[in-house]
Amino acid sequence: MFTETLTRRVLRSPLVDLLTGPHGVDRYTELVAPTWTTGEARAKVVAVRRQTRRSVTLILEPNRAFTGFRAGQHINLTVEIDGRRRTRPYSPASAEGALHIELTVGRHDRGLVSNYLYEHARPGMVVGLDSVGGDFVLPERRPRRILFVSGGSGITPVMSMLRTLRAEGFTGEVAFIHYARAAEEACYRDQLDAMTGVKVLHGYTRVRAGSDLDGRFGPEHLAAAMPDPGDDTAVFACGPPALVEAVREHCVNVCSESFVPPIFDVPVEASGGSVTFADSGVEVTDDGRPLLEQAEAAGLTPESGCRMGICHSCTRRKTRGAVRNLITGAVSSAEQEDVQICVSAPVGDVDIAL
Amino acid sequence: MTVTTITPAPKALQKTVGGKTVTMTPEQAEAFGRELDALKERIIADLGERDASYIRRIIKAQRALEVGGRALLFGGIFPPFWLAGTAMLGLSKIIDNMEIGHNVMHGQYDWMGDPAISSRGFEWDTACPGDQWRHSHNYMHHTYTNIVGMDRDIGYGILRMSKDQRWRPYFLGNPIYAFLLMVLFQYGVALHELETERIRAGEITLADKREILEGIWRKTKRQTLKDYVAFPLLAGPFAPWVFAGNLTANLIRNIWSYMIIFCGHFPEDVQEFSIEETKAETRGMWYFRQILGSANLTGGKLFHILSGNLSFQIEHHLFPDIPAHRHAEISEEVRDICRRYGVPYNTGPLPKQFATVVRKIVKLALPG
Repeated sequence: MFTETLTRRVLRSPLVDLLTGPHGVDRYTELVAPTWTTGEARAKVVAVRRQTRRSVTLILEPNRAFTGFRAGQHINLTVEIDGRRRTRPYSPASAEGALHIELTVGRHDRGLVSNYLYEHARPGMVVGLDSVGGDFVLPERRPRRILFVSGGSGITPVMSMLRTLRAEGFTGEVAFIHYARAAEEACYRDQLDAMTGVKVLHGYTRVRAGSDLDGRFGPEHLAAAMPDPGDDTAVFACGPPALVEAVREHCVNVCSESFVPPIFDVPVEASGGSVTFADSGVEVTDDGRPLLEQAEAAGLTPESGCRMGICHSCTRRKTRGAVRNLITGAVSSAEQEDVQICVSAPVGDVDIAL
Repeated sequence: MTVTTITPAPKALQKTVGGKTVTMTPEQAEAFGRELDALKERIIADLGERDASYIRRIIKAQRALEVGGRALLFGGIFPPFWLAGTAMLGLSKIIDNMEIGHNVMHGQYDWMGDPAISSRGFEWDTACPGDQWRHSHNYMHHTYTNIVGMDRDIGYGILRMSKDQRWRPYFLGNPIYAFLLMVLFQYGVALHELETERIRAGEITLADKREILEGIWRKTKRQTLKDYVAFPLLAGPFAPWVFAGNLTANLIRNIWSYMIIFCGHFPEDVQEFSIEETKAETRGMWYFRQILGSANLTGGKLFHILSGNLSFQIEHHLFPDIPAHRHAEISEEVRDICRRYGVPYNTGPLPKQFATVVRKIVKLALPG
């Protein structure tokens, strides 16, 4: 432990920074071991489990640069696919402060990252971790009665909350409703069933066999899981928008998070979407011109150069949405990518860090 | 406010290259540009794992040479260690600046999304601050390549490298300035964005360049402290050997990068352009200018890596933001397109090309 702290202190010292400049010490140590970085949080995959045919569970060993998360929050996971870094937010299912981070990733039909992980994740693989965030967390003062409701891969943040409560010896009442399309698609079914002191109800919406509940969430499901919810009851719901809406309709004191699968089909022509220059707080309606011209028309003065896509002076980070490269015609919808704004036109809604 | 500009009709561009007249009509330029655009699109669509592992392998080799070289220099009191250490450190700096730094800062690997090798984030092991380089090189030089009066790389504000630069008695010292620039190349590059020629001409004052100067100072200070203070002191009694090794490694890098870079645009028959000639230039004509204004070097695979693939200067100027190892792969195709449009493709071995550069430096010291 002492030597570890000492190594860390030495690596982060101004002298080492000078000696390893201008690249920095991480650019050398990562060549010895990819997770040996002091500035960037990374993790090594230590185990891979495929609990269901539509999900993959990764057990991650984070390096010391990772500063932790609160149960319910999400982490941006970065993997490299065909030379390109792809970043997606996932909520861990493991308890706060656990040694390993457990991520269960649900496969989307055309999801690049989820399918890649399902097919290629293996122990030893290294992934990036950053931007821990989200307000979907347990209150500091724990409620006495808690109902968790989740659908599909929305189970992970509430699983993390449940495991965190159990790890700290929570003595209140806990109920858990999880919806899946069929029994064999329900993640964490065995783990939940093995838990004592938690009322677990499964709802299978397509193949009913083995389902404890009929149909979609409503007053009956609520009554079966947590009768007479009162002021001391809190509900945590995570799943598709329809499920979260139903929970909000029938319960009070609800904390929820909903996820929408990424959109893969982008219209080919510019669509008059809304363009947000996030750093400047300016929003304009797309008029089909390159982003640089639209920014300038809005009174902004971003750095620019050749205006023909060769010098990269105008490169900015696109944080959301799709753009079309006006030279190659290629449409790119990756989140968190750098684009040359002089030759990129929006396709629908776009957020640019500018 | 509406600004009305009158765009002159596109016209043909004619140049005399090696005694032969080369003409590009607007129609030809259109088709020429389309072919080159199609080539670029094909490469971009093919970028992937292969390019990522290429640059990572190069980075790994460079860092290994650097660590190994510096380690050997600590034992530099033994001549074989000193020689090997110095050579390794020199190679490391060459690779860092050429195949990694220059190319990464062009955005050749931006598609990877890796902040450590992104054009905006990368900093190289030389005195010149990366952000200043990105402006003076990627934008000014690559956009206005060889346009006299716009491309400050023609003579770098110190030398007379084109007949179209008016002769002054100052230029009698052309060969001396060129030699000094060679041995002090990293500082010459660092001072480039200061635009000393405009300060001397009284167009701007040093105060206008305060921020630039501060940037140069910050970077140069750290580089100097590292190579000439920190590493020698760490070696204790062996400090003089480490100091001398670092100095020599920097010198090797300076001379090598100077030679490669001067062979990019200054060999015989490379064309310059007037502002008039390039008004309302189309994309096809821009490609035409890039080719006429650049020259390649022939050599083996290792030579190309050490030159940062700037030995494919023509391909580099056509497509500065595709990974440089791809420039070698497409050179035959580019050459074929040039042949079909009657565009000369300037290439030759380093000694021959550099000899024509030296001749030019000496010749242009004199009026005419």
